[in-house]
Amino acid sequence: MAPTLAVFKLASCDGCQLTLLDCEDELLALAGEVDISHFLEASSAVAPGPYDLSLVEGSVTTAADAERIRAIRAASRHLVTIGACATAGGIQALRNYADVDEYRRVVYAHPEYVSTLATSTPVSAHVDVDFELRGCPIDRRQLIEVITAFLAGRKPDVPDHSVCFECKRRGTVCVTVAHGTPCLGPVTHAGCGALCPAYQRGCFGCFGPSGSVNLPALIPLLRRDGLDDDAVERFLHTFNAPAFDEFTEPGKSDESHETGKEVRK
Amino acid sequence: MTHRGSRVLHVGSLSRVEGEGALRLRVHDGTVTEARLEIYEPPRFFEAFLRGRSHTEPPDITARVCGICPVAYQMSACAAIEDACGVSVGPVIRDLRRLLYCGEWIESQALHIYLLHAPDFLGRASAIDLARTHRAEVERGLRLKKAGNSLMELLGGRAVHPVNVRLGGFHRVPTRAELRPLQEELKQALDDAWDTVRWVAGFEFPDARVEADLLALAEPDTYAIEGGTPTVLRLDGTRESFPVRDFTEHVTETHVAHSTALHSRLDGRLHLTGSLARFAISGARLSPVALQAAVAAGLGDPREGAVCHNPFRSILVRAVETVYAVGEALRIIEAYEPPARPYAEVPPVAGTGHGATEAPRGLLYHRYELDADGVVTSALLVPPTAQNQGAIEDDLRRLAQRAITEHDPDDDELTALCERAIRNHDPCISCSTHFLDLTVVRTQGGCDA
Ligand code: SF4
Ligand code: SF4
Repeated sequence: MAPTLAVFKLASCDGCQLTLLDCEDELLALAGEVDISHFLEASSAVAPGPYDLSLVEGSVTTAADAERIRAIRAASRHLVTIGACATAGGIQALRNYADVDEYRRVVYAHPEYVSTLATSTPVSAHVDVDFELRGCPIDRRQLIEVITAFLAGRKPDVPDHSVCFECKRRGTVCVTVAHGTPCLGPVTHAGCGALCPAYQRGCFGCFGPSGSVNLPALIPLLRRDGLDDDAVERFLHTFNAPAFDEFTEPGKSDESHETGKEVRK
Repeated sequence: MTHRGSRVLHVGSLSRVEGEGALRLRVHDGTVTEARLEIYEPPRFFEAFLRGRSHTEPPDITARVCGICPVAYQMSACAAIEDACGVSVGPVIRDLRRLLYCGEWIESQALHIYLLHAPDFLGRASAIDLARTHRAEVERGLRLKKAGNSLMELLGGRAVHPVNVRLGGFHRVPTRAELRPLQEELKQALDDAWDTVRWVAGFEFPDARVEADLLALAEPDTYAIEGGTPTVLRLDGTRESFPVRDFTEHVTETHVAHSTALHSRLDGRLHLTGSLARFAISGARLSPVALQAAVAAGLGDPREGAVCHNPFRSILVRAVETVYAVGEALRIIEAYEPPARPYAEVPPVAGTGHGATEAPRGLLYHRYELDADGVVTSALLVPPTAQNQGAIEDDLRRLAQRAITEHDPDDDELTALCERAIRNHDPCISCSTHFLDLTVVRTQGGCDA
């Protein structure tokens, strides 16, 4: 019997699961190899678990989703989180630094109708995760690699070096060195193929922190290139805020941090 | 649920829509007393955390509201902030923005037609299921979608959350030589879009009519995409326009208990945005090839006043719009000469700016207030699905009522009908949270569940 694949969504923009539908050349071939048993965005046929591989998009922001992710874990042989929301809390984790009641009042006329947690947390804060795929959004090629690897029972080949390596490989001139453009490439996880520098902008860290990060060494460089303290903070505090936070405290930076690798709690 | 005359139907999670929602229908003695599209996506608070950000940041940040139409968010944000700062971009940048937006229209309309909507007409659960019997058609749909994505990848860097858009224009503009290879793919896409029109024109369409005012942007000489003036076609056939800056005087949002999406009214009435509205408002401005496609699709000639009110037929309008968008992309690429600078400077000015553009599923309005340093002090995003939710529920209620009166379907049949009615409108639930679960409650006598 073909292995079963499920796709689930928590708080997110749908962009990471759309990346699966964006695999136009591989979609029908993939559909021939697996049994897509739960993928609400794509199919109204839903089969009950257990699922061989579950992909989870989105972060945990409600009590109901905290329950749901436990049920998803229980129904999944392998659970892979996809995207910055699921691996770091996503942009909605900006609430973790604010007063969520005030947020509720700003956005909703009847804040009492809205139930939400005060924090947005990654899936790994709630359940064991077999692999975390980074990016906001994830990269299509990496997604195919991860699915193929899990189906073949091997480890995904997703290196955790920084965007800088990808710039070198692509032959892109360093935007910091050549133009003094502030860039998070040195501390950001590879995967996008060093997209932003190729379009003449600095990396803004949408893939989150890379394997070994020395953030304190980068900050003076960002200041030199024109960012004031507020701007540095906003630069780091956008799509992967909680994940970069781990590296802003001195001492933490030289510990090698496991990312994009097997994460078992 | 013993007696079919009274019941509560609940569809806990709708499929083949973007985002997550549910549906609840309450039927009392054969009368639908409540039809709710429940948007239960958790709130993400964009409008709250945009405060304190620099005016250069909303294009990248608001893209993350929705992975299906990030360009719409980027374009409405740029339009609103440039409006606040009193900057208007030159014609070449405008064309390039329209080109990127055409990529999103092609990608998103092909996604909706082939992957979300067509399976309903052919009784299939998904496009993958459909591919078992209609392989060539599904492959065509994927090829068309890919053409839209190629355009977005070239001009924007990637298809989901493009990185190349900035306030005032682009970080880097393409050379003519870089754009040229796209022409081959787009020529194939034009054939595929035409074949899509012919294919969907052969589907069977139930009778239905949306009873709502239609709202879309209008431009004097072109089918509005990346800007224009909000224009309403009322149910009584009258047309009126208002300036974008008056948007919230006309479209007001209320917050109802069953939804994290806000409900909007246009001058106190239900309204619908999206393909049906655009075709009604701007159909006469379609290109000759898209007008031909409209006639071939059986929609009639909008220059002679043809308007489509049947939501099941929205798939036809989407196919016509795809023909249009592919043609526009080819036209822009052929005429393209790179601008002297990839972007216009947008120095901050204290003030308020308004921007609206046509996302594939309807009008998307943004408003920002900036202080003199360019810090955002307040932000408002009014997405299409939040505007459409009231009209979708009304449509749902009428369709369910008619089915119950005519032949009293069982719960499964009624559920399928309601889900179809929702997918007709291509709701994007992710972007309407600020948000959907079908419950049919059928009750008898005095008490309901
Ligand atoms: S990580 Fe980014 S692209 Fe993926 S779901 Fe979250 S916001 Fe969307
Ligand atoms: S360069 Fe950085 S910000 Fe740009 S896509 Fe890659 S990881 Fe994301």
